[in-house]
Amino acid sequence: MDTAPNFILTPLAPLAPELLLICLGLLLVVVDLFLGEKRHILPWLAALGTLTGLFLLGNGSGHFSDGLFGGMYILDAYSLFFKVICLIGVLFTVMLSVRYLDTEKMHQGEYYSLLVFAAVGMMVMVSAADMIVLYLGLELMALSVYCLVGLLKSDSRSNEAALKYFLMGAFSSGILLYGISLIYGMTGTTDLQLISQRLTELNLADNTLLFIALGMVLIAFSFKVAAAPFHMWAPDAYEGAPTPITAFMSVGPKAASFAVLGRILLSGFPELHVHWGPLIAGIALLTMATGNILAISQTNIKRMLAYSSIAHAGFALLGILATSNEGVSAIMNYMLIYAFMNMGAFAIIIMLNNRERRGEQLKDYRGLAQTNPVAAALMLIFMFSLTGIPPTAGFIGKFYLFLAAMNAGYTGTVIAAVILSAVSAYYYLRVVRYMYMYDSEKGEAVAMSPSLTAALIFAVIGVIGLGVAPGWVLEMASQSLPALAQ
Amino acid sequence: MPIYLLLLPILPLGSFILTFLFGKRLGRKAHWLPICAVLSCFGCAVMALLDVINGVTINTDLYSWISSGSFQVSVGFLLDELTAVMLIVVTSISTLVHIYSVGYMHDEPGYYRFFSYLSLFTFSMLMLVLGNNFAQLFFGWEAVGLSSYLLIGFYYEKESAANAGKKAFIVNRFGDFGFSLGIILVFLTFGTLHYDQVFAQAASITDQTFPVFGMVFDLPTLIALLLFCGAIGKSAQLPLHVWLPDAMEGPTPVSALIHAATMVTAGVFLVARCNPLFALSTTALNVVTMVGAVTCLFAATIALVQVDIKRVVAYSTVSQLAYMFMACGVGAYSAGIFHLFTHAYFKALLFLGCGSVIHAMSSEQDVRKMGGLKKYLPVTYWTFLLATLSISGIPGLAGFFSKDAILAAAFSSPIGAGKIAWFVGTLVAGMTAFYSFRLFFLTFHGTFRGTEEQRHHLHESPATMTVPLILLAVGAVSAGWFCIPPILGGHAPWISFLAPVLGEPGEHLGHATEWGLIATSVGAGLVGIATATLLYVIRPEIPDRLRDAWPKVHSWLFNKYSIDELYDGALVQPAIRFSRKVLLHVVDGKLIEGVVNGIPQAIGSFGERLRKIQNGQVHTYLSVMSTGALAVLIWMLVR
Repeated sequence: MDTAPNFILTPLAPLAPELLLICLGLLLVVVDLFLGEKRHILPWLAALGTLTGLFLLGNGSGHFSDGLFGGMYILDAYSLFFKVICLIGVLFTVMLSVRYLDTEKMHQGEYYSLLVFAAVGMMVMVSAADMIVLYLGLELMALSVYCLVGLLKSDSRSNEAALKYFLMGAFSSGILLYGISLIYGMTGTTDLQLISQRLTELNLADNTLLFIALGMVLIAFSFKVAAAPFHMWAPDAYEGAPTPITAFMSVGPKAASFAVLGRILLSGFPELHVHWGPLIAGIALLTMATGNILAISQTNIKRMLAYSSIAHAGFALLGILATSNEGVSAIMNYMLIYAFMNMGAFAIIIMLNNRERRGEQLKDYRGLAQTNPVAAALMLIFMFSLTGIPPTAGFIGKFYLFLAAMNAGYTGTVIAAVILSAVSAYYYLRVVRYMYMYDSEKGEAVAMSPSLTAALIFAVIGVIGLGVAPGWVLEMASQSLPALAQ
Repeated sequence: MPIYLLLLPILPLGSFILTFLFGKRLGRKAHWLPICAVLSCFGCAVMALLDVINGVTINTDLYSWISSGSFQVSVGFLLDELTAVMLIVVTSISTLVHIYSVGYMHDEPGYYRFFSYLSLFTFSMLMLVLGNNFAQLFFGWEAVGLSSYLLIGFYYEKESAANAGKKAFIVNRFGDFGFSLGIILVFLTFGTLHYDQVFAQAASITDQTFPVFGMVFDLPTLIALLLFCGAIGKSAQLPLHVWLPDAMEGPTPVSALIHAATMVTAGVFLVARCNPLFALSTTALNVVTMVGAVTCLFAATIALVQVDIKRVVAYSTVSQLAYMFMACGVGAYSAGIFHLFTHAYFKALLFLGCGSVIHAMSSEQDVRKMGGLKKYLPVTYWTFLLATLSISGIPGLAGFFSKDAILAAAFSSPIGAGKIAWFVGTLVAGMTAFYSFRLFFLTFHGTFRGTEEQRHHLHESPATMTVPLILLAVGAVSAGWFCIPPILGGHAPWISFLAPVLGEPGEHLGHATEWGLIATSVGAGLVGIATATLLYVIRPEIPDRLRDAWPKVHSWLFNKYSIDELYDGALVQPAIRFSRKVLLHVVDGKLIEGVVNGIPQAIGSFGERLRKIQNGQVHTYLSVMSTGALAVLIWMLVR
C-alpha cells in the first residue's frame, strides 16, 4: 500500500484560501435570508471575501507543500498561479454582476454563493494530485456553473441553456470517470505521480487500453475547454447564461481545465507525448477553425464571443501541444491575459445592457464612438487585444503560444493558427467598424456604475500593462514549472 | 534607477492619454496638464544632467518586452552625456513651445487635441533619446513620425495640410526602410540590439563583408549607410528633404518644436549615438559629409529667394542640419551635437518669432506683404534680431561658436571630403547671413505692404508668446558659451563633457590657421549681412533688377530646383498610374478581391453550413460529440 492517508494530522492552515471561500459561500446563502431589502451589500461581501482569498493566496505563496491529505492535494506555484487567475475571474464577475442583476431583477444570494463555490471547485481542481480529488473539484465547479447558467429563471433561453449544458456535461463526466477507472484498473492508483511511476514499472507505456483511457480523459477536458468537436454546448450555454456568467465561464473553468490538462499530460503521462501530440494538434486545428469561422457569421455579440472563446481554447491548446515548460508557461500567461481582455469586452456588453436594448446585437454598437467615446475606445482596445495586435496583451499571449509550438516542431500547425488568427480580425474588427464607421441610430447615453467602471479600469490596465510589460508574468509562470514536469 | 528617469517618459504619456480622453471637457483649460507634465520633465532632465555631470551614467533594462532565445526586445534606459544633452534640448524647447501655444492656438478648435499631440510627441522623443537599444530607438523614431504626421495635418480639413502630413509620412518610409534593414543587419551581425553590446563588438567586424544579391559589400559600410538612410529621411537631407518645407503647413509652434529643434535632429543624434559603427568605415563618413555638404549648399540657395516666411526658415533648417551631418561626417560628433544644441534655441526662436508675426498679420505668411513691423512688434523684433545675428555667426552669440567648431573640425579632418565641407560651410555661412537678414529686413523694416485691414489688426503677441521668445533669446545668445574654444580664451568644457561618448577630435590646428578660419567665416557672415542690407534697405530696387537680369536662375531657385516636380513626374505619377491601372484593376480587382472575397465567401458559406449543425437540438450535439469521441478513441487504438 501507499503511505496511509493521515487526514487528522493534516494541518489546515495552508488551505486557508479554500476554507475561507467555502465559509464565504455558505455565509452568502445564510445572510441572504436575513437581508431583505439590503441585498445590495451581497456583492461587496463576495468581492471582499474574494479579495481576502487572493490576499491569503499571496500570503501562502512561500509555504508550498506537495502532499496534503496523504499526497492528494498539492500546493505549488503552478496551482497558485491558476488559483489567482480563477479568483481574478470571480472578482471581475462580481463587479460585472452588480448592475446586471439590478437590470434583470435577479435573485441574488444563491448567485454569489454559487459563484464562490464554483471558485472553490476550480481551486480544488488545480491543486488535485489525485484523480478522485480532481473529479470532486470538477463536479463542484460544474454543478455550480450549471445552476448559474439557468439563473435567469424567467428567460427560456437561459433555462434551455442550463439544461443542455447539464445534459452534455453529465455525458462528459461519465466519460471522464470511465477513463479514470480504466487507469485505476491498470495501475492500481489514482495518484498522478504514482501513475507515472507504475507506467514504467509495469511497462504499460505501449498498452492500448491505457491509450483508450487517456483518450477518454482528454475528451472530457476537451469538453470543458470547449474544444471542437466537443464544443457544441458552448454557444448555446454562453448565449443563454446571464452575461456576467458567460464571462466567468469563458475565463475561470477554462483556465482550471487547462491547468488540469497541463498537469495530467505533463506530470502523469509525459512519455506518451509522441502518441497524443498529433491528436491534440488535430483537435487544436479543428477548434481554431470552428471557432474562428463560425464567429464570422454571428450577429449576436455574446454568441460571437462564445465562438471566439472556442477559438482561443484552440490557440491555448498549442501550448499543450508543445509539451514543454515553455508551452505550459505560455498557456498560464495566456489564461491570465485572456481573463483581462475577455472580462473587459464583457464589461462593455453589460454596460450597454439596459431595459430597451440588451447590448447583445452587433447593431447596438453603431456609432458608439460618438455617443460614448471612452467606452468605444476601451472596446477597441479589447478587440485589438483579442485579435492579437501589439502593444496589447493579446499579442504577447499568442506570440508565446505560437513560439512554443514552433519550437516543438509544429510549424505547420502554427502557420494555420496564424492564418486563422488573421481570420479572427474580421469579426473582432467588425465591432470596431460598427462603433467608429456608422452613425448612431439613437443617441442615448449609457449609465455607468462604480463597480463596472472599476472592472473596466482593472481590465484595461491589465490588457495594456501585460502587453507593454509582460516579462514578469512569464517569469513567474516558468518558475512555477520545474516542479511539475521532471 | 533614479525615479526621474522613469518619470521622464511616463509624465507626458499620462498627460497625452488623459488630455486626449478627457481634454474636450476642459475646453480652454486643456493645456494645464501637458504644461505641468512637460515642465516636470524639464526638472527631471536637469536632475539627470546634474547626475551625469557628477559622473553617474546609467544603462539599465527596465524589463524585456519579448524574449525569444537570443532575440531580446527590451525597454531600457541609457543615461549618459549625450542623452543628458538631448534631454535638456527636448524638454526645454518643448516646455517653451507648450507655453507659447497657449497664446498661439488660443482660438483654434481642437485645442485639447493639439496639446495631447504635443504630449505624445514629447513622450516619443524622450523614448527615442532615452532608449538603450535599437528596438526602442526604432519605436521612438516611428512614434515621433506619427506625432509629426498628426500635428502637420492638425488642420486636417485643409487639403494642403492633410497632404503635407501624408507626404512627410510617405517620404520618411523611404528612409525608414533602409533604417529598419540597418537594424536587422545590426542584429544579424552582433546578435543583440543593445547599444553597449553592439558598440563593444563593433571593432570585430572590420574587413568583414556581406553579400547582397551577388554583390559583396563591406559590412561596416553597409550597416552605417543603411542606418544613415533613416537619418536622411528624418533629418530631411538630400534627396529626401522634400517633406520638411511642406510640413510648414502645420501650426507654427509645431514647426518650431518638431521641425526645427527636436525631431529633425534625431538623425544627427542617431549618427552621433552610433559613432562607433560609423567610425569603422571611411566610405560611410565620406558619404555622410558629402550628403551634408551638398544639402547645405542646396537648401541655402533655395532659401535665398523664397517669399513664404516659414519656408525660408524651413530651408534654413535643412541647411543647418546639413552642417551637423558635416560635423559628424568628419568625426567631430561633439561639434555636431553642439550645433544641434545651439541651433535648437535660435531656430526655435526664429520659428516662434515667425509665428508671432503670422499671428499679428492675421495668418499672412508672404514676406512681400509685410514690412515695417518693427514698431508694432517690438519684443518679436528684438528677439528675432538676436536669433538672426546668432544664425549669421556673429562672434559671441551661440551660432558663431558652434558653426566655428564645425568649420575648424572640417578643415583639419583627415577625411577626404573634409576640405570640401569646410569650403561649402564657409560659403553657406555667408549665404545664411544673407537670407536671414533678407527675411529680417523684409519683415520688420521698410514700409508696411499688407492690406489696411491687416494693418489695423497689427499687435504684439500676448505674454504667453513673448515670454518664451525672450527665454529662447537668452539661449540663442548664451548657448554657445559652453564651448568657447581655447584660442578665444575658453576651455571648451562641452567637448570634454561629451568625450566619453563621442570621443575627442584628434587633430589640432595651429593658432594662425585657427584665427584665419574664424576670420573667414565671420567675414563671410558679414559680407552676407552687408549684401542683405544693401539689397533690402539701402537700394531695395536692386533685387527686382537682379531677378529680371537672370530670370532663369531665379525661377530655378524659386521653384526649389523643381525637385518636387521631378519626384512627381518620375515617381509619384507613375506610381499612381501603376496603382490605378495595374494594382487597382488587375491585382486588386481580379486577384486580391477574388481571393479576399472568395475565401470569406467560401468560409462564410461553409460557416453557414456548419452553423446548421448548431441547430439547438441536444441530440444533434450529442451525436457530434460522440462522433468526435469515437474518432479520438479510434485514433488512440490505431495510432
